[in-house]
Amino acid sequence: MDTIKYIFKRILQTIPLLIIVSMISFFIIRLSPVDPLAELKLNPSVSPETVEKERARLGLDKPVIVQYGKWAISFVKGDLGVTSTGEKVSQKLAERIPNTLLLTAIVILLTWLVGVPLGIIAAVHWRSNFDRLLTVLTSIGMAIPSFFFAVLLLMFAVKTGWFPIGGLTSPNFVDMSFGEKFWDITHHLILPVIVLFTISLAGLQRQMRANMLDVLDSDYVKFARAKGLSEWVVIYKHALRNAVNPMITLLGFEFAGLLSGAALTEYVFQYTGLGRLILEAVMKSDINLVMASLMMGAVMLILGNLIADILLIITDPRIRSKA
Amino acid sequence: MIKDILKRLWNDKFARIALIVLGVIYLALFFADFMSPYTKDFSDRSMAYVPPSKVFTIDENGKFSKPYTYNYIREFNPETLQINYSFDRSKKHYIKFFSSGQQYKFLGLIPMRLHLFTTDSEGRIFLLGTDINGRDVFSRLLFGGRISMTIGFLALFVLFPIGLLYGGISGYLGGKVDMIMMRFAEAVMSIPSFYLLIILASILPSGMTSSQRFMLIVIILALIGWAGFARVVRGMVLSIKNEDYVMAAQAIGASKFRIILKHILPQTTSFVIVAMTLSVPSYILSESGLSFLGLGIQQPDASWGNMLKEAQEFTNILYRPWLLTPGFLIFVSVLAFNLIGDTIRDVLDPKSKVR
Repeated sequence: MDTIKYIFKRILQTIPLLIIVSMISFFIIRLSPVDPLAELKLNPSVSPETVEKERARLGLDKPVIVQYGKWAISFVKGDLGVTSTGEKVSQKLAERIPNTLLLTAIVILLTWLVGVPLGIIAAVHWRSNFDRLLTVLTSIGMAIPSFFFAVLLLMFAVKTGWFPIGGLTSPNFVDMSFGEKFWDITHHLILPVIVLFTISLAGLQRQMRANMLDVLDSDYVKFARAKGLSEWVVIYKHALRNAVNPMITLLGFEFAGLLSGAALTEYVFQYTGLGRLILEAVMKSDINLVMASLMMGAVMLILGNLIADILLIITDPRIRSKA
Repeated sequence: MIKDILKRLWNDKFARIALIVLGVIYLALFFADFMSPYTKDFSDRSMAYVPPSKVFTIDENGKFSKPYTYNYIREFNPETLQINYSFDRSKKHYIKFFSSGQQYKFLGLIPMRLHLFTTDSEGRIFLLGTDINGRDVFSRLLFGGRISMTIGFLALFVLFPIGLLYGGISGYLGGKVDMIMMRFAEAVMSIPSFYLLIILASILPSGMTSSQRFMLIVIILALIGWAGFARVVRGMVLSIKNEDYVMAAQAIGASKFRIILKHILPQTTSFVIVAMTLSVPSYILSESGLSFLGLGIQQPDASWGNMLKEAQEFTNILYRPWLLTPGFLIFVSVLAFNLIGDTIRDVLDPKSKVR
């Protein structure tokens, strides 16, 4: 019961955060010297009535506070306005967000599956040759600029022709059987996943190694060893459980970093995700789209942190008792 | 303490290599005008996308000779629809060391003509080829590095005072002020940093001079990073503010501002040093990413990021690999900064075993 109460409290805390985020983003965008309707007016396929409707919806003739209020109300209602090409923003976001989520979810899963065991091995065999090798490799992984690595992989893909370039699906995707569809998406995802995986693995492995080293140094592990328990039981039953907890907090940060890293990677690979959408929107100064995708990015990040916190409450009883 | 850190850095194998590498890079950037055969804006339109010049030391008779190079001739092959480059073997262009070439102003003040190496006035020496406008990639790497490698430090000098003051005030005053200030900082941190970065960069008005743009990019980079820093400072202030000497300062009636500035914040120095070295690479990466997208440093100015912009085209990646050299330089310098940062963390916090 306490757990549920605490989770509920934690969810309530995100609401003021969301409001402040929306205010910050709104005022940043209003700082811009661009007329929010300029693109819309120039587009011949958009009727003057739509433009007028947009103007009224945004309240552009009224003071900024009123504009913000109007925007916030329609945002809560789910009306995000239209893009400069006349499409619905909400529809555009609904197309892109799942792709970015898919990419980041795969990357997080893979980094955990690989990074956590590597961190444990490095800590258990502290200062062995393997540990040193991993340290060197993670240093390299942390130093490669994501877009440069992506460009190099692109070069590899173009030269060998082994990987499709651009997008998430092939042009004949609709006609494929389920198995083929699955393979097609996987095939398209390999390169972007490699880039993001390499970059986020390094940090995760180092953190896991540091946690594990801390725990292995603690009194209860020494006690467990003194009791004569086997090394396996000491490490995997006593030490690991405590070393993993701080990693869960890190999950939220990892998600934040991935969203940012994904933007450049998506751009280079022409992957249809949220990051590339916001880039395109920024370059076309499509205000509605920029605003909405900025908000969605923030919402995703806040939700990611929320999930990490809730997971931590479930796995770590100490936090529950504190609350 | 600084002396101690430097000593430890020098004794560590990796950190020493990193220090030497960075030293060489910064020295080369400082003397960029002298090191590079051409000035930043020199362009030879007839020499677009020329591959790196070959330097010969053995002449056609098999004898040793002073190093010389041939110019490239650009020819369009109507059958394969490709542009071919071949040597113009009619004339040798000897490479001259410590000789006078194009005029420049050393440190922006002293007019000089001395270059490390150059060739005669008709010859062209392009060590790393040229870009689309026929500009020497090697020279531009040096000039671009000046921007890429300093912008991170400048951003930190803007960000640290803001973060320190914000965290200091928030932590020391506590209560409602603290709550409001921290909620605001958390909100800034909740926006994916790269999204915020590109949006701030895109609202910069066009038609600024390049130095104005440079300064604004510095400020934008600082705006991204201050919140996280301020939060950590606040945490430290919370633990410092109950120390005896702070109480003593309060007892003699020092103002709040004075206590924060003179008694509390100086205690965070060692953390500030660590945070600075650890975050330089991330700013180098941010700037290059931003310029890579075309939102950062603009042409005709060079930065490693905007030089890589050309690598976005397939034909460039495949046939003109020399355009990728800025990426390797970013990689090497970020790696060097990371190695130094790791060692400094070890020195200041011997308990941490992240390395």
